[in-house]
Amino acid sequence: MLKVNGINAFYGKIQVLKDISLEVEEGSIVTILGANGAGKTTTMKTISGLLKPQQGNIKFLGEDVTGLRPDQKVKKGIALVPEGRQILAGMTVLENLEMGAYHRKDNEIDQDLERMFERFPILKEREKQLGGTLSGGQQQMLAIARAIMSRPKLLLLDEPSMGLAPLVVADIFKIIKEINQTGTTVLLVEQNARQALKVSDYGYVLETGKIVADGKADQLLNDPRIMEAYLGRKSS
Amino acid sequence: MLIEQLINGLTLGSIYAIVALGFTLVFGVLGIINMAHGEIFMFGAFIGVMITAMFDAPLWVAFGASILITAILGFFLETFALRPLRNKPGVSHLAPLISTIGVSIFLENLSHHLFGSGNKPFEAPFAQVSFQVGSITVYLVQIVIFVISIILMVALSIWLGKTKAGKALRATAENLETASLLGVDTKRIITMTVIIASAIGGIAGILVGMAFNSVNPQMGLSMGLKGLAIIILGGMGNVRGAMAGGLILGLAETFVVVYGDSGYKDAIAFLAIIVILLIRPQGLFGKKITT
Repeated sequence: MLKVNGINAFYGKIQVLKDISLEVEEGSIVTILGANGAGKTTTMKTISGLLKPQQGNIKFLGEDVTGLRPDQKVKKGIALVPEGRQILAGMTVLENLEMGAYHRKDNEIDQDLERMFERFPILKEREKQLGGTLSGGQQQMLAIARAIMSRPKLLLLDEPSMGLAPLVVADIFKIIKEINQTGTTVLLVEQNARQALKVSDYGYVLETGKIVADGKADQLLNDPRIMEAYLGRKSS
Repeated sequence: MLIEQLINGLTLGSIYAIVALGFTLVFGVLGIINMAHGEIFMFGAFIGVMITAMFDAPLWVAFGASILITAILGFFLETFALRPLRNKPGVSHLAPLISTIGVSIFLENLSHHLFGSGNKPFEAPFAQVSFQVGSITVYLVQIVIFVISIILMVALSIWLGKTKAGKALRATAENLETASLLGVDTKRIITMTVIIASAIGGIAGILVGMAFNSVNPQMGLSMGLKGLAIIILGGMGNVRGAMAGGLILGLAETFVVVYGDSGYKDAIAFLAIIVILLIRPQGLFGKKITT
């Protein structure tokens, strides 16, 4: 479904991604693991269109989407839940969700809203409240619900467990699993290696901008090198 | 006497609010002070004079023409002065500010050529119509100005609060990157914002012309500085702050003239900024475009 071929990305003169290639199969959950500064967020930004790669290409459903803007990629069916959630703090919970469906022109938006409120009753309770007044876990749920409102084929999640209490983290991973079961493909970036791999089918390990390992999730779970990457030891 | 001055103050304040709205919309979305807004506003005023005086057309035609011309000026401003500087590596964040100053100088000089450099009288057809309510005299032109301003403010608030485009504008103002991730074509929203802000400036231009019965090429600067003062007072990028700030400034100026010394009238705006910034550095209403 998604094929990333040899992308290089820079922040100014610093190369952050070095020849990254990865693949996400339709219907699967794929995780990218790595320590802080490994290039996980940059990878997500490049796939979602916030950053343009200098080299390489990105194919989605067989179509080259490398140079598209984020709003064009949303229309193609790629939605990103960004790092730090990025809730629109000055807009209400309902408005945040409506913004998720911004590009849609069908008449099932209200129906989807109802479905979101059913799945996340806390959002229904806070419907009229400003997004900025929610707790971290609620904001994460809102961010995920908002992304789903765009009806993505591929959902990108950038560190959904960051800064959340362990109980809430478990909740979030359960939600990710559920979303996947309804037919949405998921690409996940995490530092929380164990929990992420448990819900995933496949994993990649990123270290200082390069992919150093990949494999089926259960294989990676038993691989000592994963812990090494997770702790962020430099390979050089 | 008091009520008459209150009406004067509200009329002036509602015009200030409309001028400030143009500043605050652009600041909210782009994070820059549009120094050309005052001159776009002045252009709107001159177009109004031309249409009413030279072609003897009714007032609504003047409004239409002024909105059209200032909207086009806004489009040019965004396309040629702002967009080329956006997201370019190595471009200072002050560059767009300087660029709008360039546009403002250009527009002021252009208006000298097109309209002449002196004062032009602006005569609304009903300028002399007034009502006597008890001992109070109210001019029709004041009512028209006030009503148009209120309609504009209410319409803008509803548009920002209820429509899809308005919500997209607020999302873009809050976080450009997030808005684009939600499918908003932020380039289009930015262009739309500059166009709408400029057209609001054009309406304000005619209202000022009606209120002061004259327009001149320098009016953009002084009105621009006041608009700036108001959005600092109300909170940069805040729509409600611009409206409230405009009314506060208009009333304050009017009452200073009545009960104080008219020489200090123009100093009020800037005195108010200093005081407000000392007490509430974020302005009366804080940031963000909310409804």
